Amino acid sequence: MIQINNLWKSFDGNQVLRGINLNIIQGETMVIIGQSGCGKSVLLKHIIGLLKPDHGSINVFNEEITKLSDKNLYKIQKRFGMLFQSAALFDSLTIAENVGFFLYEHSDLNNDEIMKIVNKNLHMVGLHNIESLYPASLSGGMKKRVALARAISTNPDVILYDEPTTGIDPIMAAIINNLIIRMQKELKVTSIAVTHDMTSAYKIADRIAMLYQGKIIEIGTPEEIKQTQNETVKQFILGNAEGPIYSKFEDNI
Amino acid sequence: MSILTKDIVAQIFTRPFRIRPILHQMVVVGLNTLPIASIMAIFTGMVLAVQTYYQFRQFDLETYIGTVVGLSMTRELGPVLTAIIVAGRIGSSTAAEIGSMKVTEQIDALRTFGVNPVRYLATPRFIALVTMLPFLTIYTDFIGILGAYSISIIKFHIRSSLYIDKTIHFLDPPDVLSGLIKAIFFGAIIAIVSCHKGLTSGEGAQGVGRATTNSVVLSSILILIIDYFLTIILP
Repeated sequence: MIQINNLWKSFDGNQVLRGINLNIIQGETMVIIGQSGCGKSVLLKHIIGLLKPDHGSINVFNEEITKLSDKNLYKIQKRFGMLFQSAALFDSLTIAENVGFFLYEHSDLNNDEIMKIVNKNLHMVGLHNIESLYPASLSGGMKKRVALARAISTNPDVILYDEPTTGIDPIMAAIINNLIIRMQKELKVTSIAVTHDMTSAYKIADRIAMLYQGKIIEIGTPEEIKQTQNETVKQFILGNAEGPIYSKFEDNI
Repeated sequence: MSILTKDIVAQIFTRPFRIRPILHQMVVVGLNTLPIASIMAIFTGMVLAVQTYYQFRQFDLETYIGTVVGLSMTRELGPVLTAIIVAGRIGSSTAAEIGSMKVTEQIDALRTFGVNPVRYLATPRFIALVTMLPFLTIYTDFIGILGAYSISIIKFHIRSSLYIDKTIHFLDPPDVLSGLIKAIFFGAIIAIVSCHKGLTSGEGAQGVGRATTNSVVLSSILILIIDYFLTIILP
């Protein structure tokens, strides 16, 4: 469904991605793990066409998206839903206008019909009676759930999650994890999540890929990842201060 | 910035044409600027009258205050000072709003919903600024002239009919028109600079702060420079 081949990307001379190869199968939940700042979000933004690679190809729904015009790219982007790390709700719009944003922009539905969908989507993420509020008055966890309700308003084939559980309490993180699993089961969507939260990764993933130094160094089911012999992966998933990653960190200092 | 200008203009002619966001921006730019524009205009007019009176009195020309104020306000002070105030009030908030939308990934979110950020954010602001700045300029011209008139009548005891006569006699339609043409250019400058600074804002609060400051500074400088060239070109 999504094939990434030899993807390279640098920012101001800083090489972030160094030849990523990754295939994502329809209907699966792929979790990409890695340290903060290792390029996970950059990879996600390439998949949805928000960033253009320096080199390499990304094939989505049988279209090579790196070469598409903006107009054709929009057609592909409409088949995605994305939950941003910061939720990225539009500050100047109410929750109802946020969740119904895509429908207000791109459908011929009237306000009552859109509000029905908005309420259904908010109900799906466990939120009620907040339609007229503004994002500033919501907690971090609620913002993420509203963002998820907004992401599914496009009836997406793929949902991308950028650090879905970062910055929220463990209970809310568990609720978000359950929602991700529910989205996959009920909406039959393919999910790609990037995170450094291993509890979340084990809970939601069908497969886990680890990104390190701009490359995918390991890929497998949660069980396979738990039993890895790769010292770098082992250090990361166990959260050890010492190991190959620490040595590299020390070298950099 | 030239790419953004081209994009903004192209989006004006792209269907469907949405009137609601434009009307909203017109209210923000026009109606909400009236109080500060009024204060600026009335005091500028009064100061101009006082300064002119003390200089012209030496030559017994104080009845020409209306002429000087009328021409100065409509040709120069009205459009330039209004534009500088709008650059400070609207340009800064535009750069800050779009800049913070960028750093909180809201611009990326717009794009994932198939919405062109230039069309959604920059084009309505451009249309509102280009159309409302001339109206604001007419308003500040009038208030400035009214301020100068009041002070001339009350403080300097110049005959009202004489003051009005001297103002109208020397003030021709091209004087007012040249000010309004300037206002259209200034509106475009404020919109393009502030949207550009917002869309290219650096990361974090510091990046947004810098974008906001740069927007006001660059808009103000460009307004003054373009004003010089327009003054030469316009009759």
